[in-house]
Amino acid sequence: MKLHEYQSKQLFAQHGIPIPRGRVAMTASEARTIAEELGGRAVIKAQVLVGGRGKAGGIRLAGSPEEAEELATQVLGMRIKELPVRKVLVDEAAEVQTEIYLGVTNDRAARVPVMIASVQGGIEIEEVARKDPERIVRVWVDPFLGLREYQARNLATSMELPRQLWSEFARIASGLFKTFLDADATLAEINPLVITRTGQLLALDGKIVLDDNALYRHPGLADLRDVDEEAASEREARKYGLSYVKLNGDIGCMVNGAGLAMATMDVIKSLGGEPANFLDVGGGAAAEKVAAALQIILADENVRSILLNIFGGITRCDEVARGILMALQGVRREVPMVIRLVGTNEEEGRKILADADLPTAASLNEAARLAIAASQVEAVR
Amino acid sequence: MSILINKDTRLLVQGITGREGIFHSAQMLDYGTKIVAGVTPGKGGDWVLEGKVPVFDTVDQAMAATGANCSVSFVPARFAVDAMLEAADAQLPLLVCITEGIPIQDMIMVREYLDRAGARLIGPNCPGLLTPGECKVGIIPGHIAEPGPVGVVSRSGTLTYEVLYALQRNGRGVSTCIGIGGDPVIGTTFLDVLELFEADPHTESVVLIGEIGGTDEERAAEFIGDQMTKPVVSFIAGQTAPPGKRMGHAGAIIEGGSGLASDKIAALESAGVSVATTPEAIPELLT
Repeated sequence: MKLHEYQSKQLFAQHGIPIPRGRVAMTASEARTIAEELGGRAVIKAQVLVGGRGKAGGIRLAGSPEEAEELATQVLGMRIKELPVRKVLVDEAAEVQTEIYLGVTNDRAARVPVMIASVQGGIEIEEVARKDPERIVRVWVDPFLGLREYQARNLATSMELPRQLWSEFARIASGLFKTFLDADATLAEINPLVITRTGQLLALDGKIVLDDNALYRHPGLADLRDVDEEAASEREARKYGLSYVKLNGDIGCMVNGAGLAMATMDVIKSLGGEPANFLDVGGGAAAEKVAAALQIILADENVRSILLNIFGGITRCDEVARGILMALQGVRREVPMVIRLVGTNEEEGRKILADADLPTAASLNEAARLAIAASQVEAVR
Repeated sequence: MSILINKDTRLLVQGITGREGIFHSAQMLDYGTKIVAGVTPGKGGDWVLEGKVPVFDTVDQAMAATGANCSVSFVPARFAVDAMLEAADAQLPLLVCITEGIPIQDMIMVREYLDRAGARLIGPNCPGLLTPGECKVGIIPGHIAEPGPVGVVSRSGTLTYEVLYALQRNGRGVSTCIGIGGDPVIGTTFLDVLELFEADPHTESVVLIGEIGGTDEERAAEFIGDQMTKPVVSFIAGQTAPPGKRMGHAGAIIEGGSGLASDKIAALESAGVSVATTPEAIPELLT
């Protein structure tokens, strides 16, 4: 789960990291009031959970409260990558001398957290990583020791920061690492961490991604979820513990397990079809989940046929079959469906489907071929 | 004819009295796995599975009474970390964690601790292991594989079954099948398992089933190219998946590689691996 910039910066501030003065506004007149409090000059920043806000015109500099109101009106009316802007952050404008990148994430290969820094911060940081990797410095953190001060100092000296900023930088690095740990984040980054003209360090922008598996022990953070930012279908899927990503094809897919779901899409595509979605019903797919998954797939107007591929391990095929029948009871729309069930209790599952006159396929390739053929018949119709 | 588990495996089941724990323990027993003990705190003294398996309150007690040499855990995510640490402290050399949904930071800590304790972990969020005809630890359906010379290692769960099923229908037997789990931080990696298969005299070839994300397949490819003498066939899931949601800049920087299927396939092919376009095409690529 991603946090907004303003939410991320509030967490930073709670861990002693200096952030610009400012607040969130839902309306243009609120933005004007905040700009007045800040002394007139202010930055208006769209709060949306996608990258590329700046390039889309979602970050604007206002010279006066009047201009802040005008710019906030524009930004609040925007859509950035299809997401409507509902909130703006109104921040004090900073005089920037240097932009630093500072981030913490987990290094999958080393299997420990890693802190990464670069004096070439800002939006082009990934470009720097590709073209100029020696400009990126990093330290790996022992999970039992945490980030030590000397490690933060090593980052500061490797970046050749001015000596008088070392201790403040170490304090910020330590605060960022604590933010990462305390929130059970998978990513906490300040980009840019600026050195201002007056020589202060300030976290101008930030991003935090939380580990969904750990949200149960952070009820306060879980409440920060911005449900306005999710597609309705994805919100519905999450409610039932399903993983769903809408795509542009016409063959709806329901599969148990992410790897098999991707493989099923690969097979459909290799045989000339286009999957309409990725949908993982998870292990132990219970009747209720399968029913919800079918409703979500059928809500997509582009779907011309559906391929169900359930390979039972922890998932019991008889439960899946009952789920399919249950889901079909509530559905009017006629979309042809091809079902493949293999694994635990498969004979019972197939019998339940056969008794209800639903077609089954033996192999994955055969199931994909049948689903593609059915979608083409539907399209002609 | 196998790696890690065989007919001499003496299995302890953590969380044996839960819904999944009892269901899959019954399946494992039916398959012939020697389940010597179960552990559920508060249920010590009970007998389950028609009185065949004694339940203990702690792993220490179960170990003292039964001499188990492998543990499998169905314990729910919130308690799974403790279950793994408890098993490692009781000197179990091999832990298999089926549980999904364990926070990454917990796994980083557990993984570091187990390394220091010298315990091997398979998983978490994995289907476990199967040595056909001898022993099944976890949830892989037993009836979809026969004994034979092909080693199978996979990051996926159900996709592994798909591949086992395809091998079986083509008359290909399996030495051991290991699902290492799809989480970002896992105990045993592709590389570890490839080393074991390379050293196992009864494994003649290996099937490696990967998926998008991370760089484990690339590191496996390096080992295959440099040190493996046995042929490897692979399938990488997600060849047609749209670029996933990015993990911010730090994720892109640290992973170095793109995590894309195309990069993994290129790395494997340059190491001499035959990569199948569909799971069902794997058997015909085995020599």
